[in-house]
Amino acid sequence: MSIFSFFSRTRNTAPVARERLQLLLAHERAFSGKSDLAAILQEEILAVIAKHIAIDREKVKVKLDRDGTISTLEIDIEMPEVVPLKN
Amino acid sequence: MSKVLVVTSGKGGVGKTTSSAALGAALAQAGKNVVVVDFDVGLRNLDLIMGAERRVVFDLVNVVQGDAKLAQALIRDKRVETLSLLPASQTRDKDALTPEGVERVIGELREKFDWIVCDSPAGIERGATLAMRHADMAVVVTNPEVSSVRDSDRIIGLLDSKTARAEAGETMEKHLLLTRYDAARAARGEMLKVEDVLEILAIPLLGIIPDSEDVLKASNVGCPVTLHNPGSGPARAYAEAARRLLGETVAVTMPTEKKGFMSRLFGRTVA
Repeated sequence: MSIFSFFSRTRNTAPVARERLQLLLAHERAFSGKSDLAAILQEEILAVIAKHIAIDREKVKVKLDRDGTISTLEIDIEMPEVVPLKN
Repeated sequence: MSKVLVVTSGKGGVGKTTSSAALGAALAQAGKNVVVVDFDVGLRNLDLIMGAERRVVFDLVNVVQGDAKLAQALIRDKRVETLSLLPASQTRDKDALTPEGVERVIGELREKFDWIVCDSPAGIERGATLAMRHADMAVVVTNPEVSSVRDSDRIIGLLDSKTARAEAGETMEKHLLLTRYDAARAARGEMLKVEDVLEILAIPLLGIIPDSEDVLKASNVGCPVTLHNPGSGPARAYAEAARRLLGETVAVTMPTEKKGFMSRLFGRTVA
């Protein structure tokens, strides 16, 4: 037991719970009924890219993340060789 | 006119069955004809909480499937004359309930009773969606704890989208019943406060049920807490909540911290 644990005992956990819930629920309400949003975005974005560039579907990473009030969609596509299909 | 009330929560173990039994008994004591219906097919417990486990012959699934008449499956409470129970099946699973069958049974119950209290199973699957399907109003049972609040939020979303009322474009009346509330812990900042939960879920408050040993004592002997120890904190809070359901305006009693001098000093009520 350090002296810090004595002080940390006085820290309230309920406000943390409240804040976490508010953030989470704001996000869940916004995305309710769109639980497969990441999958849909992946399909549609890849379809657009595939029209112009040959891509290996195994080398695609899609990540939907949120931090505070910002949600980010990260799409990581590895292009071995940029070969335009049509020119 | 009859009212169909669903007692729901999403999360398990927050007090749906306890609340269904207690509110049902309190409504019946107010002179209403009440039936409490257990929708937790496969894991029935309302019969046990109401002390009728040895009197179950037919159940909701039998009636839904037409194997028994409604009157054969209803169990009349021995303590309150106007209170009945429609038990769930213990041996079947939730798929034994069909939307058409449930609609027909609810329709029959509406002809016999003033209040039909539907005790929902936990989760958001068939049993839970059928329990809320034909409800006129909902009691959302929530503990002051993060996972329970999150699940309640999800259930509120379903009440507003997947019920017959919602699909008909009507509003679903929803009430928050905050259970297992420990005023002392909330005051120390260890537990979400009533105001926190109300602000997050944004539905009107039906009542605050204090965390109390009386609830377990009542379930041990198979008696709704409102009948077992009417003077206890939870019983009084449930009785108050029932009066609000009946349309009376009653100020919500804030549970106090175990009757100390300080708590009496700071004990307060909210409108």
